Amino acid sequence: MPGYNMSYRVLRPRWMKCLAVLSSSFRSLSTQPAKDGVDLSKFPVDKIRNFCIIAHIDHGKSTLADRLLEMTGAIAKTEKNKQVLDKLQVERERGITVKAQTASLFYSHDRQEYLLNLIDTPGHVDFSYEVSRSLSACQGVLLIIDANQGIQAQTVANFYLAFEAQLTIIPVINKIDLKNADPERVESQIEKVFDIPREECIRISAKLGTNVETVLQAVVERIPPPAGSIDDPFKALVFDSNFDHYRGVVANIAVFGGRVKKGDKIVSACLCKTYEVNELGLLRPEEHPTQKLFAGQVGYIVAGMKDVKEAQIGDTLYHQEQPVEALPGFKPAKAMVFAGMYPMDQSEYPALRSAIERLTLNDSSVTVQRDSSLALGAGWRLGFLGLLHMEVFNQRLEQEYNASVTVTAPTVPYKAVLSSAKLIKEHGSEELTIVNPAQFPDRSVVSEYLEPMVLGTILAPETHTGKIMSLCLSRRAVQKNMVYIDDQRVMMKYLFPLNEIVVDFYDLLKSLSSGYASFDYENAGYQTADLIKMDILLNGRPVEELTTIVHRDRAYSTGKAMCERLKESIPRQMFEIAVQAAIGSKVIARETIKAYRKNVLAKCYGGDITRKMKLLKKQADGKKKMRRIGNVEVPKDAFISVLKRKEK
Amino acid sequence: MLKYIFREVSRGFSPGLRRFSDVKVTENVAESPAFPHLIEQASLYLHWPYCLRRCTYCNFNKYIPKEDNEDIMAKCLQRETETLLQLSQVSCITSVFFGGGTPSLAHPSTIAKILETVSNQVYLSDEAEVTLEVNPTPVGMSKLKDFHFAGVNRFSIGVQSLQDEHLKSLGRDHSSLEALQTLEEARRLCPGGVSVDIMFGRPEQTIESWSNELSEMLRVCDDHVSLYQLTLERGTQLFKQVHCGQVTMPTEEMTAEMYRCARNSLQQHGFQQYEVSNFAKNNSQSRHNLSYWKGKQYIGVGPGAHGRFVPLGEGGAAREARTQTLEPDVWIREVQQRGHGTRRRIQLGHLELLEEVLVMGMRMTKGINHKHWELFNPELGLHEIFGASPVVQELLQSGQLILDDRGLRCSWDGLALLDSILPILLLELDKQSFPKAAS
Repeated sequence: MPGYNMSYRVLRPRWMKCLAVLSSSFRSLSTQPAKDGVDLSKFPVDKIRNFCIIAHIDHGKSTLADRLLEMTGAIAKTEKNKQVLDKLQVERERGITVKAQTASLFYSHDRQEYLLNLIDTPGHVDFSYEVSRSLSACQGVLLIIDANQGIQAQTVANFYLAFEAQLTIIPVINKIDLKNADPERVESQIEKVFDIPREECIRISAKLGTNVETVLQAVVERIPPPAGSIDDPFKALVFDSNFDHYRGVVANIAVFGGRVKKGDKIVSACLCKTYEVNELGLLRPEEHPTQKLFAGQVGYIVAGMKDVKEAQIGDTLYHQEQPVEALPGFKPAKAMVFAGMYPMDQSEYPALRSAIERLTLNDSSVTVQRDSSLALGAGWRLGFLGLLHMEVFNQRLEQEYNASVTVTAPTVPYKAVLSSAKLIKEHGSEELTIVNPAQFPDRSVVSEYLEPMVLGTILAPETHTGKIMSLCLSRRAVQKNMVYIDDQRVMMKYLFPLNEIVVDFYDLLKSLSSGYASFDYENAGYQTADLIKMDILLNGRPVEELTTIVHRDRAYSTGKAMCERLKESIPRQMFEIAVQAAIGSKVIARETIKAYRKNVLAKCYGGDITRKMKLLKKQADGKKKMRRIGNVEVPKDAFISVLKRKEK
Repeated sequence: MLKYIFREVSRGFSPGLRRFSDVKVTENVAESPAFPHLIEQASLYLHWPYCLRRCTYCNFNKYIPKEDNEDIMAKCLQRETETLLQLSQVSCITSVFFGGGTPSLAHPSTIAKILETVSNQVYLSDEAEVTLEVNPTPVGMSKLKDFHFAGVNRFSIGVQSLQDEHLKSLGRDHSSLEALQTLEEARRLCPGGVSVDIMFGRPEQTIESWSNELSEMLRVCDDHVSLYQLTLERGTQLFKQVHCGQVTMPTEEMTAEMYRCARNSLQQHGFQQYEVSNFAKNNSQSRHNLSYWKGKQYIGVGPGAHGRFVPLGEGGAAREARTQTLEPDVWIREVQQRGHGTRRRIQLGHLELLEEVLVMGMRMTKGINHKHWELFNPELGLHEIFGASPVVQELLQSGQLILDDRGLRCSWDGLALLDSILPILLLELDKQSFPKAAS
């Protein structure tokens, strides 16, 4: 059914809200008639399995999902099924999952029909809030590991998330068809690192379909059914939500007890607001309306919630008549990496604002704060969960909303512990979070400064360990442990100041290990740090927007680098310009931009006037746009080149 | 005293063709403060588009001729001259300049015919400066006499360098010896009316070699020197060579030093700098070029030529920036069909005219005097426009700019930084002309 596939692919991207109306009107066409009107009461809790797939990037998670969907008839089997669950352009290009998707599969095993709910998760720990949400709706996970690459940093991070959630873990060794596949070695690694007996590993090739059936059998046999009974009062966890301009909030729910049907009056435990269920059903992965949802099942619900804030992720839903104790929910994700975003041209401000608004509608983990810079104009300071999260956001902004933005180099949220009672009263708390260097409180009113830390996991071939260790050392990292996961690969754990890895750490790590090292991190709280405020001066005048908070040990190298970048991007002028980095009144780095000695066009006769005038007018116009700091004219590009992330 | 020697030219040129020799201009007409007839006069530029070869540094509008079409070219240059003179309604042409390309490749009779066309139609004073750019090759040299007969009274010789290996790498088709011989012959024909072009900032040039070369040039040159820094232009062979590292250009510091040395050395030899790149002694400034810098009207004839004049002939009231069609073949067709090959006409608004007057005027060491400015802008004087600006004040205080009873001009040091000063002045001019829009 090629037509089915086409409409499926084109019409279902939930992110492309403009297509939502098409999507809903075509929904009946794109649904397989054979499964219409599924009687979900046929699937009691013991016939349900909820699971997800977790893996390091490119280990084959999406390929396995495609095969599972094909084998259970959720999608037609064609060559074109590639990353069916990854709808975003950025997901397909980067081979990652950003937004969790859900697909309900029907599977017969031992003459029994089962409902398997595959909850797709983002692979990266930046999206671990999405991962843990997905995990909370599951009882088991498939942990995919590449038979060639073995355990990687994200494999470890994902394993611990699942382990801590006390889920059944099924290790799946993928890509056994590859020439260099060494499943034996990977099995030993799994034994050593995760303490899972090698016999439990399933060797597959998702690409060729080899042994995928075994995976489905293991899902049924090893993963326990969800707890909860159909006879309990209705109780459901909202684990994801999307916004649709026509229907309002579409919430993804896991039913923990009882049942829910169209027309039911349900209450959000968080807001105590009552809603009527307009529509509900399964996700296969497209929306597939049904009459009811029962305990243990996973699906979607539309209940007239008009604002995305009404469907708080982690919220509990229950029947109006039968209040229940709310589920523990989720801790709200905390932004750990901040970056300024400004339109390239101020005339694009309104367009960029609406693009950011629309994008954050489906990604509530991004924090948005209006900001303005003398150099870059009006813009925002956005907070992200991590670097990849930020990159993905930028890429979506560019690809899906065609917005061109200047993104400043990422910074991290520092904290200051205030020393005076008066200030504590003023701020309402002892701790002050500093996102903008302008807010950096003076040392005299602070008992200590704190910086965010992360626990980083690095997996690399043993031959690169020396170089990696010195890189980590230069980033103020402290080694926590080091384990040989087999005779060639080493796993190292380091405690890093987050600030040290936000800009170029990963790129350096990749390049010094010829691409063989993998890196991941998890947040590890705050630690005391010797932080100082560094000013950048042009001919003695401070440049407000370049003020930076740095660790004392890094002040010189950071200041030097900033001065060098400024020197490259400020054009020579008629006088000498001193570019300095200073702490208080002490200059720690200096570059000099020499004065022009000659700047005049040699030939200017009758035929040259037009061209010369054009050039001069352009320069004069450019002058208008420059920021004057003292007597120094600084082009916007100079700020951008200092503030912007480096091009890779 | 002026001497006129009328002589029939042997090759059947029209009788009455003017030719002058030993012209000494004692009065600089353009300097005259009372110059009320801005639109009654113009200078005339004629562009000869052909070259025998392409110099490695040149991106100018020039073509290697495919066939001998000199007759057609001569006719078309005459025809367009007629048309544009008519259109401008000027009664007097103050100077004529044959530039290129390589105008010394043209037949002297072509030059004669064009000059005849001009003087048939408008007043072309016997004193009027008529310049021809000359490539110092043996062929070019052999024709100097005939050019002189045809009415040329000033030669501008593209010597460029006196070092043969440099001439070769620049792609010039002459040797230093040939240049010296051409120069000698030109001086014999037009004493005091010969200019040499010399180029610095050439690949592999050092400050020492430059100053030696300049000294040598000063021993042999006449009363006028044009000094050009070689600029690396996109699309030239030299640009490619520099970018793939085959040749290295002197650094900015070095070229600045070369310019400084040259200015000093020329001054010591009695040459007065009167413009960024031009030096003269014995009052031998190029009057034609001065008229550009003084914002006067000029008519451009020939492929790709530029002009600035009021087309009174069709009722125009504002000065226009006019450009002729670039490609010689297309230009020829257009001239044959409609009498001219004007491709672009842009009316200059009052502010744009003032901007050009400012930009061009500031290139002169004398700058812009108050009378000169008043001619174009009687409403607002230089003091009123620039005097109050803090940014201009900074330039005055740092000694780069001078604004006094004489007018506005660059200091010796300031002139070398003119292109940094001009954008500042342009912004002030805009601000004062449209005070509301700028605030």
